[in-house]
Amino acid sequence: MRQVYLDHSATSAVDPRVIEVMMPFFDVRYGNASSLHTMGQEANRALEDARKTVAQKLHCTPEEIIFTSGGTESNNAAFKGAAFTRLRKGKKGHIITSTIEHDCVLNTCQWLESLGFSVTYLPVDNYGLVSPESLEDAITGDTILVSIMHANNEIGTIQDIRELAHIAHERDVLFHTDAVQSVTKVPVDVQEIGVDLLSVSSHKIHGPKGVGCLYVKKGTTVDPLLHGGGHEKGFRSGTENIPGIVGFSEALAIGEEERPREMPRIERLRDELIDGVSIIENSWLNGHPKRRLPINAHFCFRFIEGESLVLRLSGKGIYASTGSACSSKSLKPSHVLLAIGLPPEDAHSSLRLTLGRDNTEGDIQYTLKVLPEVVTDLRKISPFKASFQE
Amino acid sequence: MYSQQVIDHFNNPRNQGRMENPDGVGKVGNPVCGDVMYIYIKVKDDVIQDISWETMGCAAAIATSSMISELAKGKTLDEAEKITRGDVADALQGLPSVKMHCSNLAADGLRKAIEDYRNRRGMA
Repeated sequence: MRQVYLDHSATSAVDPRVIEVMMPFFDVRYGNASSLHTMGQEANRALEDARKTVAQKLHCTPEEIIFTSGGTESNNAAFKGAAFTRLRKGKKGHIITSTIEHDCVLNTCQWLESLGFSVTYLPVDNYGLVSPESLEDAITGDTILVSIMHANNEIGTIQDIRELAHIAHERDVLFHTDAVQSVTKVPVDVQEIGVDLLSVSSHKIHGPKGVGCLYVKKGTTVDPLLHGGGHEKGFRSGTENIPGIVGFSEALAIGEEERPREMPRIERLRDELIDGVSIIENSWLNGHPKRRLPINAHFCFRFIEGESLVLRLSGKGIYASTGSACSSKSLKPSHVLLAIGLPPEDAHSSLRLTLGRDNTEGDIQYTLKVLPEVVTDLRKISPFKASFQE
Repeated sequence: MYSQQVIDHFNNPRNQGRMENPDGVGKVGNPVCGDVMYIYIKVKDDVIQDISWETMGCAAAIATSSMISELAKGKTLDEAEKITRGDVADALQGLPSVKMHCSNLAADGLRKAIEDYRNRRGMA
């Protein structure tokens, strides 16, 4: 059976070129970058070379890159770091984010609220866009941090981070963005968009899992999450994951080099998918028609449930995911889909297809053959055929 | 996360479909929660002669609908009424804990269908 992986926003295959550069660091060049001897110094050189590469791709200086365990840690470090800095001065503060952030941001915010911080969750419009005016209105004299994600992980909507960061900076407030989904898909230049903090994950860009980075603009004070041996200039203690970091930097370098030709190719495949799906009755595309990740297509198929759709597709070798968290740990419909104004019964019927480097024209043709059949089969089982009133 | 039995009933649902002129219908669940189940029964001499169902929901919801149709077919109403959510889950080699309460609606649906049958016959 044909296997079609369409879940690249969940994770992606490690590129063979990335695996190749990582391998020596497991069993040959395995030194600890803090060791004084030759093997340690060799590891340290690899670490600093990787840092240079990452900095170059994100358009900052190496000193501004802190390697972490990935997106969740980077986001936690940004929020808690800013909050801890404030707490150290004996004060609480106000944080602004949006209603469509990743759970690692929303749950961090809720925890900070339990410590006495206040959080404003900015609403989004039907496309998933935050309005600059709403940000402007939400900032108070007590605001310590604004964080708005660059591209949404479910519906793929891309925010105008440059404009939002500018508004925060006019009021002398730090600005963070979660760029986990956008890096290598669209240009991410920290100077051009003017952010103070930015999170990146390796496994979303054909790099290994368990590694990523936080960009911290020079002069920005955020306290560390992890205290210990003073690694990463004291911001992130713990022996550096050299194979992971080397792999991450290679994945980022490849992703950035290939972006100008690879993303237009993927975008064409994605558009073909959207066009093909749009002929299915009682279905629609979620997110913004233009301002969206080139890899992302996100649909609702009324009268069926997303988890069933994903599992039936999986039985046909097509690997996708649902916005409806029914598939995983919670049964609540996606907070993102509710935030863009979908009623819960429709939010349960969502399907996310995210493309990547390995997808071909044949994959799309196969998906466009199988998906309508699966939708028809599940609608046959459903008590609802044309409305929820039956 | 799902047992082989759940996946089998999800992929090859038994007794699925809308029933013409059923003797009783049980409707449970809510589109807002993502799971809706309609259970149809035909009854003769107090025995469930035929049963079918329509379900919108996750794999657990579909598999429990399919399973209860197998468990209830041929049973007397009194026997069928005693089938519990736990019986359905056991017959499916278990359900993930998050699905036990939200998607495991089939036993409730069957009881409602029996109740509907009795109401129609003035037996309630």
